[in-house]
Amino acid sequence: MAVEVRLPMILQKVAGGAKTVKVEGKSIREVFDNLEKNHPGFASRLFDNEGNLNHFIMVYVNNEDIRLQRGMQTELKDGDVITLLPAMAGGEDCCR
Amino acid sequence: METSLPFCLPWLAGKTAAAELKDRPESSFPLARRYADEMIAHAREEAPNECCGILAGPANEGRVKKLYRGINAEKSPVRYNIDPQQLLSIHEETEAKGWAILGIYHSHTHTEASPSATDVRLAFWPDSIYLIISLKQPGEPVIRAFSIRDGQIEEKQVAIGG
Ligand SMILES: [Zn+2]
Repeated sequence: MAVEVRLPMILQKVAGGAKTVKVEGKSIREVFDNLEKNHPGFASRLFDNEGNLNHFIMVYVNNEDIRLQRGMQTELKDGDVITLLPAMAGGEDCCR
Repeated sequence: METSLPFCLPWLAGKTAAAELKDRPESSFPLARRYADEMIAHAREEAPNECCGILAGPANEGRVKKLYRGINAEKSPVRYNIDPQQLLSIHEETEAKGWAILGIYHSHTHTEASPSATDVRLAFWPDSIYLIISLKQPGEPVIRAFSIRDGQIEEKQVAIGG
């Protein structure tokens, strides 16, 4: 069961420059585990030190934000398209 | 190296940032006046909260063809974060047109138009230019533009055109 993962610029270098990669997995968790296996370096960019999904990485399955679904447990079907985008965010230093 | 400092410093001091920008035309960010006006209007409407948005256009031309007013999901005077669902749809639209996200703008309602440490830490779009609108002097808004890559900030001259 394979899904397509679309990578933003900052993650393409981890995948050897590819804009999209095919990955096996029945959930976002499995897909991310396999991404790390195929292209070591993803996990450190996707997760924080506690292993939680980085707040500033947006993950969409067929255009739906996984945070509005079941997060890392979101289930996938063959051919689903996963898009990763970094947040466009910032703020004053006093308040983060 | 400490010993090289006396030789380095006078040379550096003579080369101001402004002079360097003039010498390097690729270091400017061309922007039609209507987009500059629109960004300032957006900043004023959202104040005291920060506004944010996206400037997109054909990647090869590097000219802004569309301004997308972002929804600041944080609705905050000290933070911005473009609504994730909106971010995706803008991203899809620009990809479909063969465009690039040339600029990402946000406002500083009471501080200078320079990137904060947080702005730099959260600059995950190295190929886009970050524009900041300052409303510190409400009657004299300032727009400045920066490339932020791997924590390195380089100012771009905002070249306002017709
Ligand atoms: Zn800022």
